[in-house]
Amino acid sequence: MILWIIKRDLLLAMRRRADVLTTLFFFIIVVSLFPLGVGPEMNTLRIMAPGIVWVAALLASMLALGRMFSGDYTDGTLEQMLLSPVSLSALVMGKAIAHWLITGVPLVLIAPVLGIQYDLPAESLMVLTLSLLMGTPVLSLIGAIGAALTLGLRGGGVLVSLLVLPLYVPVLIFGAGAVEASAAGLGFEAHFSLLGAFLLVSVVCSPWATAASLRISMG
Amino acid sequence: MLTANNLGFSRGNHKLFENLSFSINEGELLLVSGSNGSGKTSLLRLLCGISTPDEGEILWNGAEIRDLGEDYYRVMTYLGHLGGIKDDLTAIENLRISCALAGNEIDEGQAKEALGRIGLVGREMLPAKVLSQGQRRRVALARLLVTHTKVWILDEPLTALDVTAVDMIRQLLEHNLSKGGLVVMTTHQEMEISAVTSQHLVLS
Amino acid sequence: MAINWFKYASPATFYFLAGRMIPFFTVVAVLLLLVGLYISFFVAPTDFQQSEAYRIIFIHVPAAWMSMFLYLIMAFWAGIGLAFNTRLSSMVASAIAPTGAMFTFLALWTGAWWGKPMWGAWWVWDARLTSELILLFLYIGFMSLQAAIDDPRRADKAGAIIALVGVVNIPIIYFSVQWWNTLHQGASVSLVQSPKMATAMLTGMLIMALAAWMYSIAMILIRTRSIILERESRTAWVSELKEGVTRS
Repeated sequence: MILWIIKRDLLLAMRRRADVLTTLFFFIIVVSLFPLGVGPEMNTLRIMAPGIVWVAALLASMLALGRMFSGDYTDGTLEQMLLSPVSLSALVMGKAIAHWLITGVPLVLIAPVLGIQYDLPAESLMVLTLSLLMGTPVLSLIGAIGAALTLGLRGGGVLVSLLVLPLYVPVLIFGAGAVEASAAGLGFEAHFSLLGAFLLVSVVCSPWATAASLRISMG
Repeated sequence: MLTANNLGFSRGNHKLFENLSFSINEGELLLVSGSNGSGKTSLLRLLCGISTPDEGEILWNGAEIRDLGEDYYRVMTYLGHLGGIKDDLTAIENLRISCALAGNEIDEGQAKEALGRIGLVGREMLPAKVLSQGQRRRVALARLLVTHTKVWILDEPLTALDVTAVDMIRQLLEHNLSKGGLVVMTTHQEMEISAVTSQHLVLS
Repeated sequence: MAINWFKYASPATFYFLAGRMIPFFTVVAVLLLLVGLYISFFVAPTDFQQSEAYRIIFIHVPAAWMSMFLYLIMAFWAGIGLAFNTRLSSMVASAIAPTGAMFTFLALWTGAWWGKPMWGAWWVWDARLTSELILLFLYIGFMSLQAAIDDPRRADKAGAIIALVGVVNIPIIYFSVQWWNTLHQGASVSLVQSPKMATAMLTGMLIMALAAWMYSIAMILIRTRSIILERESRTAWVSELKEGVTRS
């Protein structure tokens, strides 16, 4: 059943490729703007790179949250999901996985290229990509709660940023921190285990909270 | 048996209805009518469990539907006035996905057959966005052809349908009622449905 | 003797009960504040390391405590409201948020005032200050979400979810920021790390904290009363209340 939802959302994304690309280009543009703002000094940029890429990833993932439930809400599919004999949490999990595949994975794949813009060494590039790989699913899962709570509200898009960005802080700290730690020659394993722990906690808690939020927003 | 006891519901500060009680047995039809804004859709959303009443309770065979949750959804089909039809998916994909969501997976052949019966021959592979309003409605209603549920809660199922389609829906409803199903529907149109008993609820 | 607690859970009963309690808490808050300020500024000795500037802790520390307590209490009542569908507890939760946000802001503001003479900068990315800033964002998120929703029942429940999610996250955020801070700066001089705190200092701080509690209770009761009036404006007892006011 989760597979049905994932398959459907991927199919819809395929038929509306422009939406997927918008998020990706947003990410690329934000990351490319920073050197224009702070100057082309490579040593500064190298230090700032992990933070910039991570903040841009946070924003890109958040921007796409609006689409997570709004389409299903306006055409009535969400009502059908609420009334499905399959548990709503499972359906929500499927939606979050699809959201990650559509918005998170492209960011992970393009991140090494952007890292090169900032002259990151090979090891840092690898750690950056891995940290995004582990961190972006958490963003989709936490974001789903915010998207569900702001469903159908005026100014929901801005509101969702107020709700979820503060919750993204730990992922940002340990995601960017892993890259910095590896660049400083310290181990980054601790960062990765914490990112893994965040992922586990959000896999367990977030679908449940999102399902509750959807029932509240629809009821 | 679907029972409503002393239902009360309000939107914001506006009370839509209160002390509403009725019960529907197997093979019975409940027609809900009333002017716009009288709370027809709200009542149906309460009966299917999307919203919770402010007061009163809704029972399916004696148990609160909120507590039954997925056990109730297994025997119930709700068709809202939004059909859950995706513009970017074809008629077949739309039907198969909405059936899968309702826990009733069907293959492409079954979907095609159902769409054919409801009068969409040759339109199965078209994306829903090129279909007319009435054809989209038929795609949504095609679910009723393949579903195995007992309780049907239908919000304005006849909107945008032509005479032949209305007749088709009438037969479908009669078939479900004769099998011992329950139907609750809102409609503006007059329709002669032969049911064991049919009740008419007018909301003001 | 059994007390019928549900009686107090009715908004109407609470409204009148709160009305009688507010003057008491207000008076106690003012008295404690006066005593607390007197001790803080005239009795407590000058700190030999930080000289007079340290005296801001008498406001800063109680404010920081309150900001965190109030978030927990807010989430607690919001959660009760969600679980048991008790309208009054959700109203109390909504009433707590602005006071909590105010104390968070006060803690940040006084932190900056203390920071200028101590660190030479209005703002440093100290772990406590940063956590406090994120706490302010959480309060703002809660209030904005409730403000954006027209239907009060949905607002109550949605607020409860975000408050509970916030409560789960606060410790994670706090320890993340702590880790991040030690990684980047090493330990900085902390506002409350006085090696030996004089008894007068401690007394002053505790009295100020108590004053903050009393003030919060009074404010929350006042705000809950206005929320009750707004939500129950169509009920018979509020209409009677209105008639009584116009008659007298």
